[in-house]
Amino acid sequence: MPMLIKGRQVVAENPPSPEAAVLRIEPTDDPAAFADRLAGAARVEVHFPKFGDGRGFSLGRLLRERYGYNGELRAVGHLTRDHLLYLERCGFDAFELRAGEDASEALAGFEVFSARYQR
Amino acid sequence: MYIYDDIDQRMVDERVAQFRDQTRRFLDGKLSEDEFRALRLRNGLYIQRYAPMLRIAIPYGLLSSRQLRKLAEIARRYDRGYGHFSTRQNLQLNWPKLEEVPEILAELATVQMHAIQTSGNCVRNVTTDHFAGIAPDEIFDSFVWCELIRQWSTFNAEFSYLPRKFKIAVNGALNDRAATYVHDIGLHAVERDGETGFKVIVGGGLGRTPLVGQVIREFLPWQHLLTYLDAILRVYNRFGRRDNIHKARIKILLKEWGLPRFQEAVEAEWTHLKGGPATLQAEDIERVETRFTRPVYEKPDPRPVPYSSPAFDAWRKRNVHPHKVAGYCAVTLSLKKTGVPPGDVTSEQMEAIARLTELYSFGELRVSHEQNLILADVRQDELPDLWREAKALGLATPNVGLLTNIIACPGGDFCALANAKSIPVAQAIQERFGDLDYLHDIGEIDINISGCMNACGHHHVGHIGILGVDKHGEEWYQVEIGGNQGEVRPGVKAGLGKVLGPSFARVEVPDVVEKLIECYLERRDSDAERFIDVVHRLGVEPFKEKVYANAHQRPAGRSREPAVA
Repeated sequence: MPMLIKGRQVVAENPPSPEAAVLRIEPTDDPAAFADRLAGAARVEVHFPKFGDGRGFSLGRLLRERYGYNGELRAVGHLTRDHLLYLERCGFDAFELRAGEDASEALAGFEVFSARYQR
Repeated sequence: MYIYDDIDQRMVDERVAQFRDQTRRFLDGKLSEDEFRALRLRNGLYIQRYAPMLRIAIPYGLLSSRQLRKLAEIARRYDRGYGHFSTRQNLQLNWPKLEEVPEILAELATVQMHAIQTSGNCVRNVTTDHFAGIAPDEIFDSFVWCELIRQWSTFNAEFSYLPRKFKIAVNGALNDRAATYVHDIGLHAVERDGETGFKVIVGGGLGRTPLVGQVIREFLPWQHLLTYLDAILRVYNRFGRRDNIHKARIKILLKEWGLPRFQEAVEAEWTHLKGGPATLQAEDIERVETRFTRPVYEKPDPRPVPYSSPAFDAWRKRNVHPHKVAGYCAVTLSLKKTGVPPGDVTSEQMEAIARLTELYSFGELRVSHEQNLILADVRQDELPDLWREAKALGLATPNVGLLTNIIACPGGDFCALANAKSIPVAQAIQERFGDLDYLHDIGEIDINISGCMNACGHHHVGHIGILGVDKHGEEWYQVEIGGNQGEVRPGVKAGLGKVLGPSFARVEVPDVVEKLIECYLERRDSDAERFIDVVHRLGVEPFKEKVYANAHQRPAGRSREPAVA
């Protein structure tokens, strides 16, 4: 089972109601194509198909900074606690980690670096 | 030297803790091989042919004597008592133990060093001119900009999982000594109407698809340096190919799109980022500038030192370089003594060099991408003393710029990627050209050797480039000529060499080099016309004829060496 983290907590989730609009964005998608649907979305998911595929980091920033999305932005796919802090810095606030992560340890991923160089 | 502030120190300390944890999780089976691979590489750790290899960052090639002593100690304690300076101004240890790497990183952090992003698909160690800050032809000092780029690229959340590695070089002088046209991004200092800025070059690179970079912007005012880098990297991160590792560098994206489309995409991205939070202010520059210690120069006698001897004069001619402050000069300590793998230094030598830097050059040194060490601030009147000491240490080979100053990767002796060995080839050439007078007569020439097409030995930009290739499990060597890494003459930018023809067995390589040199000597119009000038003037044909003439007379079973010697 993948592990879901929200608000820096491991959480359980009930399946969303069928009418809830969940937008799923693949790494090759152009976020501009989703711009007019963002406001009505229950959440936006950005897919990270491989451990080393970093396209979603740019997509996260674009959705937040350029398209003004301020609802739940969830990173899903082949992600481990090693990605958490970078994902958060790129605007994600919900994270689905691959199965096998240790729930008692994973949250430490947010605390790895206490400072940053980039503005 | 750049001196860390609290944040810099915290970042490297936290990195050590992070990697310690990742190593533990890997050893406990909680991280897969592939996951750990991506994580260990960005800490410089490779799993190599015989053992792991650890690549330690030397940001922009600048090193203090204290740091060098620590490297000596680490090499002795955790390795076999030596290290290898690479063409990216880094130091590689060839025999560390995987479980001990976190300890090594912790040791490095005590002297403000690390192995952050020395490998992996992220922004690598930024490199620059090894004469930065002291060159008479300097436009501005590149170190401050390099440090700003180091900070911007370190743990950059958006650009930590790029399609492929990403290398940036900065050149602050008129002459390009940083090979900026063969980097993913090259930045050239420009002063325009009293304003400081950069010419931005994109998409150069060596490797299996060598390409010369293209100018994407003639002038970028300094305030916008980081936002513009963000724009380039974002376009690359989103659109660079990830389906094929060999087509994943930014140069391929640029080639597939063409410059106009690429440029348009970058400029469009930049319009959103320009003037944003990452825009540099004067305070940012000052904050970094004030953390650099700078030499306090005395006023030595500016006249040349009266001492003379044939050996000293030869060394002074080749290994001593001009300095912008009267009475000072820069000195190259050659790591290219015949019989020693290019770029290798023992712990004892490191300690002795640390002492020399303290005595003669404010306790600092630089690593050049030619794999030599440079004392950048030496008093001219102390040259004879320094020369005697360097000579006693085997570091005064007077060959900078000459044929035996060969650039070579570690090659098949160490590297898992290599098709062929590099070091024995370098040594065989050095032995063949042992006569110093002859070397000086031949004049300036760069020979670069890579053990495979990944081109760590930069063979494409050697005046003579030698590439190890695998033919049915045997080591062969392809030879190319005419490459150059910087501006060879005003207006002649970096260029790639042309392959002469069929490849050669290892034993034949010194003969081939000798024939190329004979051909050059027969055809040069004066001593002032260098090998590279003759290749540019006449093309490769005469050289090709010379090398392959009589090839048909060779016995059918020409000598071959087994792949594993």
